[in-house]
Amino acid sequence: MALKILYFAGLRESIGTGTESLALPAEVNTAAKLRDHLAQLDPAHGALLQTKNLRVAVNQKMVGMDAPVAEGDEIAFFPPVTGG
Amino acid sequence: MEVSVQETDFDVGTELAALTTHDPEAGAVASFVGLVRGGDIAAMTLEHYPGMTEQALADIVAMAQARWELRGVRVIHRIGRLLPGARIVFVGVASRHRGDAFAACEFIMDYLKTQAPFWKKEETQNAPAGGRWVDARETDELAARRWLGSKT
Repeated sequence: MALKILYFAGLRESIGTGTESLALPAEVNTAAKLRDHLAQLDPAHGALLQTKNLRVAVNQKMVGMDAPVAEGDEIAFFPPVTGG
Repeated sequence: MEVSVQETDFDVGTELAALTTHDPEAGAVASFVGLVRGGDIAAMTLEHYPGMTEQALADIVAMAQARWELRGVRVIHRIGRLLPGARIVFVGVASRHRGDAFAACEFIMDYLKTQAPFWKKEETQNAPAGGRWVDARETDELAARRWLGSKT
């Protein structure tokens, strides 16, 4: 399963990239499982578990961590937003 | 275009006038302008999620339009590096009577603060080189939540 993954703000800086494309095991089928899977890739990705109130968007809509993810989706992880 | 995400500044007078041009039914315009605060802040850099940002702002405007009787709405949010005193955000709402315009303007700002994917990084006199990402505030979350279940 291949996904496009985006990171923003402090999380992007901690991980060292704003975008990556990964092939994933079939059992990684929710945003939470994807977060946990990514966090184990290397120490930099561990920032996913250290970000307070981590948010996720699937195909550019903010959703809960229990949201399903599937091949071809665009998944973005980021800290709580601070615009305005 | 109701929603703009842009690096360039905007003119408040032009935006306010445009909200009611050719609309004799509009009797009220309410607006909000957000600025970069000075003090110990040397500069502010705004990052966003291209594509999602525009959609999130359009969704927020649509929610406001479903809730109040609005004649016109305009939302502008700047990105990039901004200095103290610079305009960051503009929300303008036109309606027949003032109540709808006041409420919708505040609603749009409250949702923008918690739902639109923008992030601020502050450069201060004390912050390490490169600046510091601003933490989200609980009060912003509470401000957005108070609209749930309330008619106005």
